[in-house]
Amino acid sequence: MALDRSDVEKIAHLARLQIDEQDIPEYTKNLSSILDLVDQMQAVDTSNVEPMANALDAVQRLRADVVTEENNRDKLQSVAPAVENGLFQVPKVIE
Amino acid sequence: MFDKTLAELAQGLENGDFSSVELTQAYLDRIAAEDGKYNSFITVTGEQALEQAKAADEARATGNAGAFTGLPIAHKDIFCTEGVRTSCASKMLDNFVSPYNATVVNKFNTAGAVMLGKTNMDEFAMGSSNESSFYGPSKNPWDTDRVPGGSSGGSAAAVAAHLAPAATGTDTGGSIRQPAALCGITGLKPTYGRVSRFGMIAFASSLDQGGPMTRTAEDAAMMLNVMAGFDPNDSTCMQKDVPDYTADLSKPLTGLKIGLPKEFFPDDLNPAVAQQVQAAIKEYEALGATVKEVSLPNTALAIPAYYIIAPSEASSNLSRFDGVRYGYRCENPVDLEDLYKRSRGEGFGPEVKRRIMVGAYALSEGFYDAYYKKAQQIRRLIKQDYVNALNDVDVIMGPTTPHPAFKLGEKTSDPVAMYMEDIFTISLNLAGMPGISIPCGMTEGLPVGLQIIGNYFAEEKLLNVAHQFQVATDWHKKTPQGI
Repeated sequence: MALDRSDVEKIAHLARLQIDEQDIPEYTKNLSSILDLVDQMQAVDTSNVEPMANALDAVQRLRADVVTEENNRDKLQSVAPAVENGLFQVPKVIE
Repeated sequence: MFDKTLAELAQGLENGDFSSVELTQAYLDRIAAEDGKYNSFITVTGEQALEQAKAADEARATGNAGAFTGLPIAHKDIFCTEGVRTSCASKMLDNFVSPYNATVVNKFNTAGAVMLGKTNMDEFAMGSSNESSFYGPSKNPWDTDRVPGGSSGGSAAAVAAHLAPAATGTDTGGSIRQPAALCGITGLKPTYGRVSRFGMIAFASSLDQGGPMTRTAEDAAMMLNVMAGFDPNDSTCMQKDVPDYTADLSKPLTGLKIGLPKEFFPDDLNPAVAQQVQAAIKEYEALGATVKEVSLPNTALAIPAYYIIAPSEASSNLSRFDGVRYGYRCENPVDLEDLYKRSRGEGFGPEVKRRIMVGAYALSEGFYDAYYKKAQQIRRLIKQDYVNALNDVDVIMGPTTPHPAFKLGEKTSDPVAMYMEDIFTISLNLAGMPGISIPCGMTEGLPVGLQIIGNYFAEEKLLNVAHQFQVATDWHKKTPQGI
């Protein structure tokens, strides 16, 4: 499956990835060859096969809805790039 | 001292031949002197290691030592370690000092182990050669012009170069077994859900599994005794009792039924690899095993299915790296979108970006059925192949890799060629079953790995089968020249 430049630009935007202009041809080529590889799947008839998300067909384990953790906000925010008054700082979103 | 196994070192500590502080200092000195050649560590934690060693010696002095007390190991830099940089070999996390420990790390700490440091790896565990590391590739101790394999390449190189007696690894498509094979050590990928993934930085959540990388199967059993078990913090961790994995090691193999899948011995398999693996199987027959051909007809579909499932899950998992809560943030973002895009674009390396984009594409509107759902259906077919084969035999054997360690740079320009490296390991992650790689021969001075595959939760059996081979042969004792 051959992608073109605009496909790669669209995918990079979906993934919120800045891609350097000069790298786009290389990504286009590599992603196309990866999609060629995965397209081998399409030759197989899987119409009666149940998709498998977990090898042991395990289901989500639930727990009682009670507080189990203490507030570690300051510790967890100690690794954040920018914090003020317990809030993560980002560029202004609303004018 | 550096050629000793964990089991031997445990005995030495118990006998009082040396203290944990002496042992730890000796390894730290050796890392400082030798790791320039291998680049197997990203971070060495000397100070903390000596503190842990001192505590271990004190525990022993007061009669409180367990099987693992005072034994030094290294952790792959994908396991979160509180107060220690946990980089996942990415620029994105170069500045990340984890505020908490992975469950696996906590378990080793509780068992009294000493952490020597954090080992090199492919960035976010995406790679088969260790070359995608932000810190430069680790090198194969058998030939430093060659790759150690990946993604747990630093762990494999450190153990092979005797810079650590053992290390942890993680395996999403072969990342424990392939580097173990290329570096001539023992590496076990447990059953999915056997070892907690909590604090193990997620790549593909339905495939990732932590496990031991060691000199011997006996050491792998000692490691798994510490690592395995239920963890309420990992919703896919299995609630199942943990046996003593060392208990069955000595069982004779009389009557063991070995299946050889014809798909694991293709015509283009490296002839030396094929020959060494066949010789190992002859050795098993001498130990009382019988051999029959089995078939895993969907093997060729494993790589295509994997390269949808793993990138899709990676694309979702790695969306957390947004330059807001932790990790790399770009300079002077003009708005929020610019912050996200440039933090991610500058923080991730090319292979990680490729996989995120493949995943984003596969999960984008209109493509879900053709890609993700299709891959999950094929995944069931692959599992069914293994289940069918293991109805007839106890274990499945074959080569771990299609050829021995390749040269640095040989496959970096062609991602698909790199992906084919995992042809014999990847299907097992899709099936969720356990597998172990052990050294079974040499070709042109490079180790060859034998992969042994078993049914769900058959780790005891795999370790027994691997250990008996290591009792009968000495391939696992081969050491690279100059080490």
